[in-house]
Amino acid sequence: MTLIETKNLTFTYPSGMKPAVEDVSITIEKGDFVILTGPSGCGKTTLCRCFNGLIPNFYGGKLEGDITVAGFNVTKSSIHELARHVGLVFQNPENQLFALSVEKDVAFGLENFGVSRDEMRERVDWALQMTGINELRERAPHELSGGQQQRVAIASILAMRPEVMVFDEPTSFLDPLGAQRIFEVIHDLNKKLGITVILVEHRLDLASRYANHVIVMDESRVVLDGEPRQVFNSEKARLIGVGIPKATRLYQILRENGVKLSKVPINSEEASQLLRKILTHD
Amino acid sequence: MIEVKDVHFTYPNGVEALKGVFITIRNGDFVAIMGQNGAGKTTLVKHFNGLLKSTRGEILVDGVNTRDVSVAHLARKVGFVFQNPDHQLFCETVEDEIAFALKNFGYKKNIINRRVSWALNLLGLTQYRKTSPFMLSGGERKRVALASVLAWNPKIVILDEPTIGQDYQQKEKLRQFITQLRAQKKTMVIVTHDVEFVAECNPRVVLMTEGKIVADGRADNILTNYDLVTKASLVPPQVTQIFMKLSDLGLPSNVIDVHEARKILLNLSGVS
Repeated sequence: MTLIETKNLTFTYPSGMKPAVEDVSITIEKGDFVILTGPSGCGKTTLCRCFNGLIPNFYGGKLEGDITVAGFNVTKSSIHELARHVGLVFQNPENQLFALSVEKDVAFGLENFGVSRDEMRERVDWALQMTGINELRERAPHELSGGQQQRVAIASILAMRPEVMVFDEPTSFLDPLGAQRIFEVIHDLNKKLGITVILVEHRLDLASRYANHVIVMDESRVVLDGEPRQVFNSEKARLIGVGIPKATRLYQILRENGVKLSKVPINSEEASQLLRKILTHD
Repeated sequence: MIEVKDVHFTYPNGVEALKGVFITIRNGDFVAIMGQNGAGKTTLVKHFNGLLKSTRGEILVDGVNTRDVSVAHLARKVGFVFQNPDHQLFCETVEDEIAFALKNFGYKKNIINRRVSWALNLLGLTQYRKTSPFMLSGGERKRVALASVLAWNPKIVILDEPTIGQDYQQKEKLRQFITQLRAQKKTMVIVTHDVEFVAECNPRVVLMTEGKIVADGRADNILTNYDLVTKASLVPPQVTQIFMKLSDLGLPSNVIDVHEARKILLNLSGVS
């Protein structure tokens, strides 16, 4: 089932000389785990703002083409309405957290939606459980580590039970193990709850294993859109300078030197299995 | 040269961020200080330009104790680029931003102009010369902050998390001009947890956990030590992970770079 669809979507900010997103036509299926990547300034964040209606409702500007998210025509829906269906998690959780306890932060969005007290409690418990921070519920968010804060931010969005969650470089400030744990939380939301995930990310070495769909933007346009293996291994990805996983890069370098693995690997497990076959002449 | 001798530092709120650090960074060294969030990496490098003064122990920069000189004085020698560019930028245009310190140092106008143009060009910012830094993306602002420091040509350059929010191409550029700056005999210190970036640069790696240095050596020795790396909340480079999984076939475990990996694999698979 198609959950997000854009047709010839073009958007220009009020102060913009040229479109920040230009002629974008994409389809995202329910349950997809999408990585959205591309050089900085290519329009990734702008596209994400279209998914939850911040564009055009908050930013103004000129929007052309069509965009439908979870059955809503974005241009004709309010941010408030869309917020129930599409949650946005930012790069820096400090911009998103402000309450005195983790629990209150997670409950905040629900209070705004007028959810009953019992249901609120149930949803907060569930969101804290899913993100693995139940034991932090009484703590003040600003005392937590960056990784813990990012989980609180995710829990507070999750509590609204959105169908789509958009993560805009959620691990930039985290060390690699911290980042990996966040990706695992996101992976769980996708696999166990069927939430459609759109992850804006440069660190493809860590994130690629979770995705089934990769979209690459460059200069406001979508230039690659497809299955991870096929996208990472394309000539165009190399030309744009997408930081493809080193496992894929190794595959390409070996191939240029006459060694062809039977499949394009996108993580270390796959690469080591394929190499094992070659090295043991299996 | 930077000499750090048994440095301890406790923040006013009681957090003991450094617990006895010893390290010597020689002229022309290229050092990556790595470790988990909160390990004390940024606290340590803030001592190098005197922004922080140790609670105990001492820091000498070219033999001068950082306690005995002002930050402004040290700044000429030690350029510091912050993790968050917004802590550093405040001028109305990118050009003014880069010229600011140069004016403070009393350079002549024509020299300032030349230096500003040089720095803009180096970091691919020429088109934004007259733009407000706050109109730029996070990655671009980061480059403005870097340009403003490089413009005054400090001997030691400290970059705190330079790759955060940067795409692959910008990282590649960053790597290239770190190489350029090294060719000019500059001392480079980067604070980072970007393992893949470090694997491509292959600097000296100083690993910190909980306010102490736990390892100091070549990147290919340290990043391939699984236990050490995991303890510091890092993950080994992807190439290393691949080789670790094939160690039973006799593959070396100290490979961090794809090109090194290629040589070994081509040899083993019998294709030359």
